[in-house]
Amino acid sequence: MGAIVLQVKNISKHFPGVLANDHINFDLRKGEIHTLLGENGAGKTTLMNILDGIYYPDEGEIYLNGKKVDIRSPFEATKNGIGMIHQHFMLVDTLTVLENVVLGLESQGFYLNKKKIAERIKEISQNYNLNINPYAKIWQLSVGEQQRVEIIKTLFRGAKILIMDEPTAVLTPQEADTLFKILRRMIKEDKSIIFISHKLDEVMKISDRITVLRKGKLVGTVDKKEIKQKELAKMMVGREVLFRLDRNPIRRKGEVLKIEDLETHNDKGIIILRGINFSLPGGEIFGLAGVSGNGQTELAEVIVGLRRAIAGKVYIKGEEVTNLCPKAITKEGTNYIPPDRLKVGLVPNLSTVENAILRRYDREPISRGIFLNYEEAAKYTRELIKQFNIMVPRENAPVKFLSGGNLQKLILAREIREEPALLIAVHPSRGLDVGATEFVRKKLLEERDQGVAILLISEDLEELLMISDRIGVIYEGKIVGMVDIDDANINEIGLMMAGVHKNPLLKGEENVKV
Amino acid sequence: MRPDAYAITIILLAATVESGTILLFPIIGEIFTERSGILNLGIEGMMIIGALVGFATAFMTGQIYWAFFMGMLAGGLASLIHAFISITLRGNQVVSGLALSIFGLGVTNFYGQEFVNLQLAHTIPQVIIPGLSQIPFFGPILFKQDYMVYLSYILVIITWFILFKTKAGIQLRAVGQNAQAADAMGVNVYKVRYFWTFFGGLMAGAGGAYLTLNCAPFWLDGITAGRGWVAIALVIFARWNPPYALIGAYLFGAINALQFQLQSMGTTIPSALLSMQPYFLTFILIIVATLLVKAKHIGVPKELGIPYAREEK
Ligand SMILES: Nc1ncnc2c1ncn2[C@@H]1O[C@H](COP(=O)(O)OP(=O)(O)OP(=O)(O)O)[C@@H](O)[C@H]1O
Ligand SMILES: [Mg+2]
Repeated sequence: MGAIVLQVKNISKHFPGVLANDHINFDLRKGEIHTLLGENGAGKTTLMNILDGIYYPDEGEIYLNGKKVDIRSPFEATKNGIGMIHQHFMLVDTLTVLENVVLGLESQGFYLNKKKIAERIKEISQNYNLNINPYAKIWQLSVGEQQRVEIIKTLFRGAKILIMDEPTAVLTPQEADTLFKILRRMIKEDKSIIFISHKLDEVMKISDRITVLRKGKLVGTVDKKEIKQKELAKMMVGREVLFRLDRNPIRRKGEVLKIEDLETHNDKGIIILRGINFSLPGGEIFGLAGVSGNGQTELAEVIVGLRRAIAGKVYIKGEEVTNLCPKAITKEGTNYIPPDRLKVGLVPNLSTVENAILRRYDREPISRGIFLNYEEAAKYTRELIKQFNIMVPRENAPVKFLSGGNLQKLILAREIREEPALLIAVHPSRGLDVGATEFVRKKLLEERDQGVAILLISEDLEELLMISDRIGVIYEGKIVGMVDIDDANINEIGLMMAGVHKNPLLKGEENVKV
Repeated sequence: MRPDAYAITIILLAATVESGTILLFPIIGEIFTERSGILNLGIEGMMIIGALVGFATAFMTGQIYWAFFMGMLAGGLASLIHAFISITLRGNQVVSGLALSIFGLGVTNFYGQEFVNLQLAHTIPQVIIPGLSQIPFFGPILFKQDYMVYLSYILVIITWFILFKTKAGIQLRAVGQNAQAADAMGVNVYKVRYFWTFFGGLMAGAGGAYLTLNCAPFWLDGITAGRGWVAIALVIFARWNPPYALIGAYLFGAINALQFQLQSMGTTIPSALLSMQPYFLTFILIIVATLLVKAKHIGVPKELGIPYAREEK
């Protein structure tokens, strides 16, 4: 491993009510992949945003190749050879790949020589096997491809240090492997990479060194070779973490959800569900696997009434609920954990209390005629906070300041407390740390044992295999495979997700190529 | 009868272009302002400020082009109030824009008192383009106009080019679609927004000045008569694209010209009803445009009306 290229000394950063970084020391060597690990809200993104010039630290210094630097904007970070790929991609949907790449570049003249730029993009693309068409519009690309555009962007700017904030959170296992190949190729060319992930197995696979943060403080930096996965988890959370969850034998009862020939449009008006059929009994977790964009989130939205079905039927407990309004469907005992916490799950600018009572503000005792009983509301919220172990610094502050894991716990608590017959959970543990993930999964299993029917939509195969009783695979708006958990094989499911499938449980069709 | 009808058509269409030009400037300006994510509802105010400053300058100096420039500049300066409130202070853009419109109407009412009912001796002179004006039918409509109209033609082409072919255009579109991403890529969001808001003000001022220096060369209180609001509506019709702005502006100009023609020919339709037509057309255009936008999924700039701050969630 090479010399130290980047050194961070005593960095601190406050936000109202939290010390997100507390005197952090960190260094990065030439040609290494250095992983940053920590629970939700540990301060990883904050530290990276400081390196990228998005936040300015309250205290501390940054050295590049031994020289002190002052990074006050992303533009200056770029000039210093630092490129960041954010947790939420920084791409403009309506522009092309090429336009996104040149955005903000100084070296281009007034008129854009698109041909020349496209050539350079192709060159980079070939060198690293990125495989991207420079003229495609961003919204037409898959998540994996968008990420590769982000990589091209930083390479085009000649970045020597690449920061990747949870790049694999949104990728399928195959896409993640492709990404790792790209990263390995990059360190061979003496670039250095800071990598953030909550998935310990991939951290163990890809890193050279690992630095752990907890609650804004540095826990330590270790060599990958000198540590085991278990110890890492302990360093991170401060206690032992279970990597396997015990499941009680399944006790199916009754049919809770039945979907018949369901079809719907996506936001762009294109047909995205092309005849979905399945049924789900109480007491079962049905895991739906699929690469994002194959209709799974739309399916969840149709079931809960947020999207209109254009054909087909949805039955809950034998009653047809197709295209009823969300409130009526909720009354039938359906609750929903949406994929987007802050856009659909919560109202960002309302307080924790107000968000917690969203399902029952119109019922006694929280509602009193036309008035709200805030005392009751606060009491109820505190119950949830205690029962689900949610970290809420100030219960009357806007909920958007909670960390990802705590937002998710709050939604989970609110929805589960309604004692649903059917729970639709979309990516319930995406972006959560190992501790919070374990918690969410345990809760889902508890609900299952209580007899709740759970539709679990996830791209995380490990998760699906860990807690589902049955796994279906959705591809281009159709369920192309269904297996019982005991017969499930991760490779086979991966192949089905990619559109090639061989499936025992689908009647009449075998070895169908889609 | 035949040649007569032909002549009237030409006159009508030439008047259409003239009348449409009053709107074309502000529409193009607002397209760029909105593309950067700033909604400026103050067009009516900036237009009327431009109209009065242009008129007063022409009245006092007799320099018609200088007057046009001053009117334009006045509109630009007025837009900086809105820019300061919505970009620097991150205030509410709707409220600020409405306030700017009311301010414009009020301030011109006050300072315009001494000009009421005065008339300009000379309007912007016609400049016939040799050659082009000989083209049958289109020649006399499009090329027997004045420099300001020709400027507006060039403007449509240049702004389209800037928007889609240059670095500045990409920065502008990026800032309006995803300010955070643009910022992360090193684009100065504030600078881009200030610049295009100012440009929008210049264009609104230009539209106002063209009105009092050419089409209605006198001063009346509230002379813009709601054209600023129509311009805002036509931005939607134009789907934030300069060439479509031309169509919208001229459609509106056509109705306007026709209504004048009918009035001067002395129809029995009450003039108030006739004057209402352009505004009625605006509604129809907006309905059509909204349906089009929906069907083709060409959205409003996503950041429209949303203030930007780097460290905020
Ligand atoms: N702009 C902000 N305003 C206020 N508080 C913030 C802001 N950004 C982050 N925080 C707070 O700072 C702390 C650290 O957040 P940060 O995003 O760095 O965590 P993280 O380690 O990246 O977590 P995750 O794994 O969930 O992404 C959290 O408590 C968060 O709520
Ligand atoms: Mg983070």
